[in-house]
Amino acid sequence: MLGKLDWSAIPFDQPIPLVAGAIVLVGILAVLIWVVAKGHLPYLWHEWITSVDHKRIGVMYILLASVMLLRGGSDAIMMRIQQAVAYQSQGFLPPEHYNQIFSAHGTIMIFFVAMPFVIGLMNLIVPLQLGVRDVAFPTLNSVGFWLTATGALLVNLSLVVGEFARTGWLAFPPLSELSYSPGVGVDYYAWSLQISGVGTLVAGINLVTTVLKLRTKGMNYLRMPMFCWTTLASNLLIVAAFPILTATLAMLLLDRYLGFHFFTNEAGGNIMMFMNLIWAWGHPEVYILVLPAFGIFSEVVSTFSGKALFGYRSMVLATMAICVISFMVWLHHFFTMGAGPDVNAIFGIASMIIAVPTGVKIYNWLFTMYGGRIRFATPMLWAIGFMVTFIVGGLTGVLLAVPPADFMLHNSMFLVAHFHNVIIGGVLFGAFAGFEYWFPKAFGFRLDERWGKLAFWFTFLGFYVTFVPLYVAGMLGMTRRMQHYDVAEWRPWMFVAAAGMAVLSIGVICQIVQIVVSIRNREALRDRTGDPWDGRSLEWATSSPPPVFNFAFHPDVRGEDAYWDMKTRAQQQSLEHEAPEYHDIEMPRNSPTGFICAFFATIMGFALIWHIWWMVILGGIGAFATFVVFAWRDHDEYVIPAEEVAAIDRINLEERRSLVSMAGAV
Amino acid sequence: MNLLDPQGPVAAANSTILVDSVFIMLAIVVPTIIAILGFAFWFRASNPKARFQPDFVYSGRVEMVVWAIPALTVILLGGVAWIGSHQLDPAAPVPGTGSPVRIQAVSLDWKWLFIYPDQRIATINTLTVPAGAELNFQLTSSSVMNVFFIPQLGSMIYTMNGMVTRLNLRADNEGKLKGLSAHFSGDGFPDMMFDVNVISPLAFPDWVAATAKTDAVLNEDSYKKLMQQGIEKNRLTFRLDDPRLFDLIATQHIPPGPGPELLSDAGRPHSGAHDAR
Repeated sequence: MLGKLDWSAIPFDQPIPLVAGAIVLVGILAVLIWVVAKGHLPYLWHEWITSVDHKRIGVMYILLASVMLLRGGSDAIMMRIQQAVAYQSQGFLPPEHYNQIFSAHGTIMIFFVAMPFVIGLMNLIVPLQLGVRDVAFPTLNSVGFWLTATGALLVNLSLVVGEFARTGWLAFPPLSELSYSPGVGVDYYAWSLQISGVGTLVAGINLVTTVLKLRTKGMNYLRMPMFCWTTLASNLLIVAAFPILTATLAMLLLDRYLGFHFFTNEAGGNIMMFMNLIWAWGHPEVYILVLPAFGIFSEVVSTFSGKALFGYRSMVLATMAICVISFMVWLHHFFTMGAGPDVNAIFGIASMIIAVPTGVKIYNWLFTMYGGRIRFATPMLWAIGFMVTFIVGGLTGVLLAVPPADFMLHNSMFLVAHFHNVIIGGVLFGAFAGFEYWFPKAFGFRLDERWGKLAFWFTFLGFYVTFVPLYVAGMLGMTRRMQHYDVAEWRPWMFVAAAGMAVLSIGVICQIVQIVVSIRNREALRDRTGDPWDGRSLEWATSSPPPVFNFAFHPDVRGEDAYWDMKTRAQQQSLEHEAPEYHDIEMPRNSPTGFICAFFATIMGFALIWHIWWMVILGGIGAFATFVVFAWRDHDEYVIPAEEVAAIDRINLEERRSLVSMAGAV
Repeated sequence: MNLLDPQGPVAAANSTILVDSVFIMLAIVVPTIIAILGFAFWFRASNPKARFQPDFVYSGRVEMVVWAIPALTVILLGGVAWIGSHQLDPAAPVPGTGSPVRIQAVSLDWKWLFIYPDQRIATINTLTVPAGAELNFQLTSSSVMNVFFIPQLGSMIYTMNGMVTRLNLRADNEGKLKGLSAHFSGDGFPDMMFDVNVISPLAFPDWVAATAKTDAVLNEDSYKKLMQQGIEKNRLTFRLDDPRLFDLIATQHIPPGPGPELLSDAGRPHSGAHDAR
């Protein structure tokens, strides 16, 4: 009846996951009870859960990423403490628990923090920057989000029901095959990623289509803000790379469920094929994450320097070069598998070539600052912190691309320090910069600068105190994923790294305090003009938060930095619009399709993990039926009458006129 | 286990390339970081002396330079990578004094088996080698992937079931070193650290003779016992019964290791590593 599921799946003998699970469960229940008791449920259902508004979906993606960042961060804290104490002892985490933690940490941070954070920001901002009213496929967008949430839910469920993979975040066979990992851990891993992978793929298709097909008047490719370019590049990579992940995991699942031999030791299975396939996805994946961050930094550096981006065309070229080359370097993840000198050298050099366009980007940001009038608001601090940190990460990355150096450093703590250097210093700093920069746009009030700057400094310093010791440990021969060790010379560095983790945690706490303080002071921090940073691109041309239709009129773009251009012209003409004539606007209707589909996907995923076949069929039919019902819909749009559009837009225009006249007076 | 304290020619060459590459890159990275901080400081909005140039958004010369600097660096480093990968290919010979020592390494769950086919002996978790001689490693795995790595002797290489990888090393100085597995392989993975005893070439035959006197015999049966998941704290030694044992393992005539014993079929399998202590 319940497949492999019985009471022994609950880890009654392990206090840590049980207590953690209980706290999370109580937290969720408390929030649910509060929501229901206060009568917020209809609001949540109509305004958020069933929303197909790209801004709302973007916010929900970022919320998901933030919650999962806390989960992944807790894993990180436990790992750093374990390695600090587990010298000649077992520490406080037995191997079967420690191994789950580092596997979950990697999986969560990449798939359920970094991915939803950047996809959320792209969702929120790209349609606004393009001057359009929505993404290309609004309901599909909602489906994508909810399927990602399903994956996150399943990963967290493994904490209390069964176990998570103990194989590392890429689940290399043959360790991940049934014979060496007979538990449900790898199944949790694989099905979570299969389901959320579908979500990511549709998000990618949606954003590529949006950038290619939905741009406002005059917004040709070479007038798009840099963030739109990096979004295009990143989502092209998603569309090209994620099917590889899906296929690879599908083969692994066939091995595990139906006795196939794609990656087994026996019967002609080939584990090296898995290595190649997973990295053929895995390397583009890191560029999927970091390209949007590059876009965010381009916007931030340009805005806070008060200048257009230096070398715009060069930046476009560099972005697309990275997009293409990132597909040709995957083998540098396993130089030590004995492929031979020619293959190693060619992939090493290809990997280095990526450093050229990346270096160009750094220099172009540098020259954007040159001759600027730089304001050090929080997003700009993150951007400068990023530039300094990312160069160091780039250096160690190119070092690892030199095969003889990699023969000494492969899989070492040096490698761990390197990829955290580029993922934290690049992607996370970028996500935080984007969060601080676009928060006023999403919610209509700024974030508290004092706490924001504290958060930056603690995170920045905490990063170095945590990861420089790991570089050193790598140079001392320490390999990754050690549950305990007997080498005395590694120990002091593990202590320092644990101390750094404490500093990083203070940074996270400051960030949370910043949000709480800002919500309390929201009236004082209110952004009435829609343009709190003196921005340059179209998202600042509408109110904060933008109306559901984004723009009352499709903006007419006449050059790069469209909104800056408009502001300049408006100052000369002292009026933005002359008695505009408003029209009715058609917007897509809300739809519960995404939520219901994900509900059934969760059931199906859970049932597949535990071999509960009747429930698999039930979930599958439910998800399919949801689509069929959606496909048969009669009305998919509703009309906002011209008067309502006019009323909303006039308020915005009033505020804006006062801004322009004030600026004109100065 | 310091990588910058190499004890053999391969490690020395690898770490030289490592250090050289870092310095080549530092030559452009340090000035760039200084420029970032310098520009950011000088062009702060509150500095009245800084000239505001909002129209400085393109310069062909600057573009030329910013593409050229990383490109030239990469050309230089690419040369280092090309030559380095060929000279330091793990399978490339490393000439030494005396006759080379053949060693067949097998990663088991979770211990290292070192077979000396010419000496007809085998050891667990202890690698004893003569200083100065070329060490020819053939490596495979009994079950999951591992990486064989002695940090102070140089290049690491994967071990994979059903396949043989090759690695040549040389240890120049007598002494005790440490080796490890550098690829996660399951619950007992951290206990796969092994001792490397580099002894004088004159003492090596004595060590071989002493080891060959051991009662324990390594054959298919005793190998299958070793193959069971678990941690081995004792430094076992064996007489080698059949010098073709390694080939039988590598060609899967002896089937791959069995994995964990299932005590209950609920989601959580029994962990061998935990009990071994």
